[in-house]
Formats: sequence, C-alpha cells, structure tokens
Amino acid sequence: MRRLLAHIMAGAIVIFARTITAVRGVWKGVAPAPVRRVYFANHTSNGDFILLWAAIPPQYRRHTRPVAAADYWLKNKWRAFIGRDVVRGVLIDRNPETRTLDPVTQMAEATDAGASLIIFPEGLRNMTDAPLLPFKTGLYHLATARPELELVPVWIENLNRVMPKGEIIPVPILCTVTFGAPLEYDADKERFLQAAYDAVLALKPDTGDQ
Amino acid sequence: MTELQILFTGLLVLLLAATIVAQVMDERHPSPAVDNLVVRINAWWVMVLALALAFFMGRTAMVLLFTVASFNAMREFVTIAATRREDHLAVAAAFFLVLPLQYVMVWMDWYGMFSIFIPVYAFLLMPIVAVLKGETENFLVRVASVQWALMIAVYCVSYVPVFLSLDIPGFEGKNRLLIAFLILIVQLSDVLQYVWGKAFGRHKIAPRLSAGKTVEGFFGGILSATLIGAAMFWITPFTPWQAGLMALGISLMGFLGGLVMSAIKRDRGVKDWGDTIAGHGGFLDRLDSLVFAAPLFFHLTRFFWMGHP
Repeated sequence: MRRLLAHIMAGAIVIFARTITAVRGVWKGVAPAPVRRVYFANHTSNGDFILLWAAIPPQYRRHTRPVAAADYWLKNKWRAFIGRDVVRGVLIDRNPETRTLDPVTQMAEATDAGASLIIFPEGLRNMTDAPLLPFKTGLYHLATARPELELVPVWIENLNRVMPKGEIIPVPILCTVTFGAPLEYDADKERFLQAAYDAVLALKPDTGDQ
Repeated sequence: MTELQILFTGLLVLLLAATIVAQVMDERHPSPAVDNLVVRINAWWVMVLALALAFFMGRTAMVLLFTVASFNAMREFVTIAATRREDHLAVAAAFFLVLPLQYVMVWMDWYGMFSIFIPVYAFLLMPIVAVLKGETENFLVRVASVQWALMIAVYCVSYVPVFLSLDIPGFEGKNRLLIAFLILIVQLSDVLQYVWGKAFGRHKIAPRLSAGKTVEGFFGGILSATLIGAAMFWITPFTPWQAGLMALGISLMGFLGGLVMSAIKRDRGVKDWGDTIAGHGGFLDRLDSLVFAAPLFFHLTRFFWMGHP
C-alpha cells in the first residue's frame, strides 16, 4: 500500500514538474542508458533533484536515487515519505560529529545494489550571485571507491527562478536539464575536482542572465 | 457545405498534398532539410486539428485554446526576460491573476473591460507589485519585461477570440470566418515569404535581425498573400478589394511583428522562443506575426464595419 502510494506520488510529482516547467532533458554528451551513473549537478533549489529526476526516462528513473541531507528529509512524516519512499533518497547525515554511517560508504553501497545517484557536490544550495560554488570532496572519494561508475556532469537551468527561496507560489518558467559527457577519473584530488567543476559550468547556457 | 467546412476541407487537401510531396522528397533525396520539412508539416497537422476542434466546438473552446496559447507564449517570454527574484510576485500575478481574468472577460464579451484591463490596470499594477520589494537595480527593464510579456503574449493574443463578439450587420453568426481569414492570411504569408525566399531570395532584407528574410521573399510572399486574401473575400463581409487590402495590412503587420520579435530574441541571445512545437520552435515563433496583426485587423474591422466608430 505504501509502495503503491509512493509510486502514484512519484508520477504526480513528475507531472506537476512538467506542467510548471515543461522540463526538457538535453542529452548533450551522453544518452540515457542502462548503466550505473553518478549525476552531479549545480544546486539552487530544493526542487533540483525532482527536475533532474523528471528529465530522466522512466525506465532509468526508478533506479536513480538522489543523495540528500537526512536532517532535512527526516524532519517530519510528510518529508520522510517523499524523501525515503517516493524518491528513495540515499539519506546522509551532514554532521561529522553525530553520524554513525560514512556518507561515501552509503553512496557506494547504493550503487552496489544497482542504483545510479544524483549528487550536488556544492554541498548546499547556492544562494549567491556566483553561478557555481566550490565542490566538496565527496564526489572524489566516491569515484575513487567505485571507479567503474560513469560520472555525468549536469546543469539545471532556471529552477531557481521558478520558486526562489522564501516564495510559495511557483511561476511557470521553462527549465532545461543538460547532461554532459562523462568525466575521466583523475587520482589527483585537486585536479579531479577542478575538472568536475569545469565540466558542470561548461554546460550552463550563456543566456537568461539574472 | 458551409464556408467553414469548405475552408477546412481545402486546408486538409493542402496539408495532404504537402505531406505526400515531403514523403516523396524524403524517399528520393533524404536530407536534414527534408527531415525538418516533414517535422514542420506534422506540426501543422496538429495545429490545424486543434484549430478545427475549437472552430467547430464554439466560443468556449476557442477562448480556452487561446488561453492555453497565451500561457505557453508568456512562459516562453518570461523565461528569457531579465527578471530577478524580486519580481517573483509580479510574474506570479501576471500568470495567475491577469491572464485568467483577461480571458474570462473575453469569454463574457465585456469589451469595455478587456480592451483596457492590461494596458491600464495591469500596466500600473506590475510596477507597484515590483517596487514594494525595494530592489532598484534594472528596475525599468525588469518591469517593462513583465509588461511586455502581458501585452504580447496575453493582450494581443486575446484579440483572436474577441472577433466572436463583433456585431457586423448582415454577417451574423459568421464571425468565426474572420478568425479563419486572419489566421489563414498570417500563416500563409509567413509560409509564402519563406517559399519565395528559398526559391528566388538573393538580397537580405534585415541581415541584423533575421538571416532568413529576403527582399524577394518579402515582395513575393506579401503580394501572393494579398491576392489570396482578395480571392477569399467570399468568407468575409468585405468586397474583393477590401479583402485584398485587409490581407495586405495583415501580412505587413505580420512581417514587422516577426522582425520585432526576432530583435528581442537577438537581444536576449536565443535562436527560438522554445521547442514545444517540433520544427517550428516555441509557441511565440508561430504566434509572433499573429500577435501584431490581430489587434489591427480587429480594430479596422470594428471601426469600418460595425457602424459605430
């Protein structure tokens, strides 16, 4: 029953996102395929992963799980239902002092079970005027632990305009989700993170400035 | 058969011929250009079927069709507009307050209100809503973008279903034909300018605005659309001469509207308004000429044919 509800809810969320944003996936450097991937994207809105999720064809969407903050998604029953049951998020504890599970291990185990992941390497929502914040190191550690995963950079355009922080009415603005060519692994951490950062930023369309 | 049935039968024959020609071309010389032609013709099928439904189902369907068109057009316009997060409430009001109210008043046939609602009330409301946030940077550009979005995508587009409210002596119950005439001439003029330009185009008419438009396409397209308009006088309350002049005005406004809208696209650095209509771009790529032609055609008709200028 809970699973059925979650399934219906997932469909409803995708239809809602489509109606408002007419979201379109632009598969620029890679095509949808039955391989395990880590989609890493810019992060400006809580709806980001839903949009990215909606842009992935349904047969692959079911195996694609967002990595999200446990403190946000377990705050109340309703959020927990969405976060855990509907989008099947890999919920990680952001606080190194209190956590019992290592986030990288959690992510690696999820991919071992056949999932693809959606992560936002900036770590938190970008509220600044800069297009992209520096990346945290989680992506590097995950890539080192599971070198077989395909690392796909993604740019999500315009969602921050659909519903800016603090607003409650979403406005219909067209959104695109652009998927770039998979990133090569580099054992040098700094170089790897810089290349990952550049790969995401390179997908940003040069229009629609704020 | 009524005029409307003859018209749509003619359109179906035309589309069928175009589809067959494109299929034959695709089999003999397949190329990306032919693929694009096939996609465009398929989109025309969808557009003509949607119009046919609205035409035969009546007033409410017609108003609904253009409400949806306005919603999509405004979404495309606002997407490339220079708004900031401080404009959120103004944009939300434009979509969820002004747009529905405008079409409700069109549906109610409340001429005194729908003809001034956006140019007066919404025009003043938008900067008021925006100014309350206190952000002054680019204020004029931001507010003007939202006002333009409403004027272009809602106000001007809503003139199309308004034709149903006209009261022309001797033409009672046939107002739908004026909408058919308008859309037919605007779209044929666009297509014919394209065809003449492809066949004989040598000299660019507005190289900075639109790479595809040529002098030859302009004269060929406008002239043939005018002649077709004159020949279609039997679906209008006009004489052949009057119908030809109306078609000329519609075609010219359509051409100039296309230039204005393409200047906005250039300014904002995009090629198309969207990609909802395969092969054509967005809703606004198809509506741009209609947006400029509809209000003029409406007011000319109202001024000269309704008996009370």
